[in-house]
Amino acid sequence: MSTQPGLVATDLRSSRVGPVTLHVRPGECLAITGPSGSGKSLLLRLLADLDPHTGRVTLDDTDAQSIPGHVWRERVAYFPAEPGWWSEQACDHVADTGAARTLLGSVGLSERMLSSKIHTLSTGERQRLALVRGLLHKPKVLLLDEPTSALDPDSTALVEQMLAGLKRDGTIFILVSHNAAQTRRFADRHFTLRDGRLEEGDAP
Amino acid sequence: MTPALITPVDLLIAAAVILACAVISRVLALNAGRAIVIAALRMTVQLLLIGNVLLFVFGQTSILLTFAVLVVILCAATFEAGNRQTTRMARRWHFSIAGFSILCGAALATSTGFFTSLCPHPLFAARATIPMAGLIIGNVMNATSLTLNSLLSSVTRERGAIEARISLGATRLKALEDPILKALRTALIPTLNQMSAAGLVTLPGIMTGQLLAGMSPVSASRYQIVLMSLVIFGNLAGATIAATLTTLHLTDHRGRLRLDRLRP
Repeated sequence: MSTQPGLVATDLRSSRVGPVTLHVRPGECLAITGPSGSGKSLLLRLLADLDPHTGRVTLDDTDAQSIPGHVWRERVAYFPAEPGWWSEQACDHVADTGAARTLLGSVGLSERMLSSKIHTLSTGERQRLALVRGLLHKPKVLLLDEPTSALDPDSTALVEQMLAGLKRDGTIFILVSHNAAQTRRFADRHFTLRDGRLEEGDAP
Repeated sequence: MTPALITPVDLLIAAAVILACAVISRVLALNAGRAIVIAALRMTVQLLLIGNVLLFVFGQTSILLTFAVLVVILCAATFEAGNRQTTRMARRWHFSIAGFSILCGAALATSTGFFTSLCPHPLFAARATIPMAGLIIGNVMNATSLTLNSLLSSVTRERGAIEARISLGATRLKALEDPILKALRTALIPTLNQMSAAGLVTLPGIMTGQLLAGMSPVSASRYQIVLMSLVIFGNLAGATIAATLTTLHLTDHRGRLRLDRLRP
């Protein structure tokens, strides 16, 4: 049985961020705000073990360093503000097209999108497709960097509704967003990253 | 048939042709005149030097001397392959990777050649070993250089795509699969073109030399077939080793992309 369920970071630091200590419980969302360049994205990358760092990160008591990096990142998925694409065909990015169709519908995208070329999609469509692509791996932790920055209010509401369902099922969220209304709606606790350190505060 | 002798007059004609190329380059504003003259001067000095060095080495029976010449060729190939890179690694790792890959690829191909009719008599005789190993080293150098160039530029240009795969749980080899395959294909293109055109469009250099030296065309063809097979084998081995080492160096034990290991 887990003694400390959820995502725990202890004394996490790199050259630009830290030391950071935090604990996010299953089904909880932690919002991080701060000025541009303060290291919010870098902190998410450190939690996903995408950049070298010191300190300890565990998920349900499993230390990140005790399992291979790629296995950790399947569980703790980072969604950057500008997603990268390794193939021009949208369908090449989803391993399970059946599951992808269901998820696409829940974020307001047509399943016809899978036969499209990436460069023909709008920024907002690409943002939602990247979210669907990552969710197919069923991560336990979602590290979201400005997940709806290119979406209109209706599409944003659909995405939040879908993410809220995952939250109810126990998925952990860390949300970096400049959208104060969104962090108020979705997050349970609010932090500001200042001089590389997290400071807990009230909702913006 | 006796080999054609090149007289000083012939060399002067060659120099005139080079100068004509430089003049044409200037007239057409290609800005390549200086490069043509420098390359021609470099080639002349290098070939005259190696001609005289080989004259001395061929007169000896020392295996150590043969290996010393091969080491010099290998060092020069390493420098050329490393120096051609536009995207470079910190601490000159591109030179180390190029050198090791050329050494392994050329050693594999040359030693395979020694198990066939290309085996010199006596073993490691300088007259046969140096030209054959030199030709293979030169080809593996090109393949290794192309591999490094393609892989290093792809990894820099496609960082977002590679990191997207890593973020979604791909291993480092899976994440870099596309740039690696592209680099290997790029490395083999010149040799494949050469093999496809051999006999139809061009006669390969060694075969031409043997024909001019009086060897039977059929024997020269057979020799060339074995040699080209060894060349593509060495190229593929060198390119694969270079791609693997580069991938391992630009990622770490946690499977993270480490572009901080490139020179800024």
